[in-house]
Amino acid sequence: MKCTVCRGPAVMDVRRHNANFCAEHFLKLCRDQVAKAIKEHRMLEPTDRALVAVSGGKDSLAVWDILVGLGYDADGLYLGLGIGDYSDASGEMARRFAADQGLKLLEVDLPADHGFDIPTGAKAAKRVPCSACGLSKRHLFDEAARTHGYDVVVTGHNLDDEAAVLFGNVLHWQTEYLGRQLPVLPERHGFPRKVKPLVRLGEREMAAYCVLRGIDYIVEECPMAAGNKHLGYKEALNLIEAASPGTKHDFYFGFLARASDRFTPEAEAEQDLLLRCARCGAPTTTELCAFCRLAERASGGRA
Amino acid sequence: MQVRLRNPRRELELPGPMRVHALLAQLEIDRETVLVIRSDTIVPGDAVLGDDDVVEIRPVISGGAS
Repeated sequence: MKCTVCRGPAVMDVRRHNANFCAEHFLKLCRDQVAKAIKEHRMLEPTDRALVAVSGGKDSLAVWDILVGLGYDADGLYLGLGIGDYSDASGEMARRFAADQGLKLLEVDLPADHGFDIPTGAKAAKRVPCSACGLSKRHLFDEAARTHGYDVVVTGHNLDDEAAVLFGNVLHWQTEYLGRQLPVLPERHGFPRKVKPLVRLGEREMAAYCVLRGIDYIVEECPMAAGNKHLGYKEALNLIEAASPGTKHDFYFGFLARASDRFTPEAEAEQDLLLRCARCGAPTTTELCAFCRLAERASGGRA
Repeated sequence: MQVRLRNPRRELELPGPMRVHALLAQLEIDRETVLVIRSDTIVPGDAVLGDDDVVEIRPVISGGAS
């Protein structure tokens, strides 16, 4: 297998591009794809202060590494979710990466700072763990960006993540979610700008990026995620992709180009209803925001 | 060769030489869902794995939906 660029020995194939790459040209491909996504979707300005949502996994460490390599001012934020050994190990990966690269890592610990962990919170609120986790992450990243004066929150969502979420939203016609499934959500109504610079790269590519850059990341799957719907959607899409490489890219980018704006009114209608949370001041459509309600239920009404 | 798998962690002993693609086919693993790693670098699908090699088959799919 030869590198499509230099004809040297290749280490990585990217089937949807019908191309193979040596380590040097594969790393360049990843950086170029991120730069292209940032430019095409006007994600970041050179003067922005970015806060990267860091989990210790491949995607968040890769996007942090690439942004810093491209010259952006990017700090990280790690959330301790209280998921036993998994949180201990993922936190260690995030801290080690930041220390090795000389980068600033902020930390918020859900049990210590907010009095509950994800397993307890999910059970008390009768939510699936990934739902309780997702809403906690969104709330705490938004809050940290506001508190510490960051212009933008960066997440490591890749093409596989976005295609799987889109698939789920289409299967259930969740039109308000479709209206805001964008690579950039602008700052408004008290929410910071949010960007997804990895949307042009698949998760196999992000794992390969980390291996080739020598970035140690948590490979183990979160124990709370086993059997969730999102993984099922990924499996279904991977079966289609195996028979027809490039389908996930066409599905997601075709949606952005030809369909997403049809759902914008649904998303904006929800935004027009936003109030301030009576407890924390975050934007919400109810008296207490979803995070404060979760914290209240998790603490048996003591929050 | 020694083959290390994850999620859950386990190890297999298989005879070499064998191409990476053949190894994944034998284990019924979709090649798009893993990387094969030997000595801290990625081994391409057409590479031949030797009898003495130690390889990791690393899954690349992660499941958080947030």
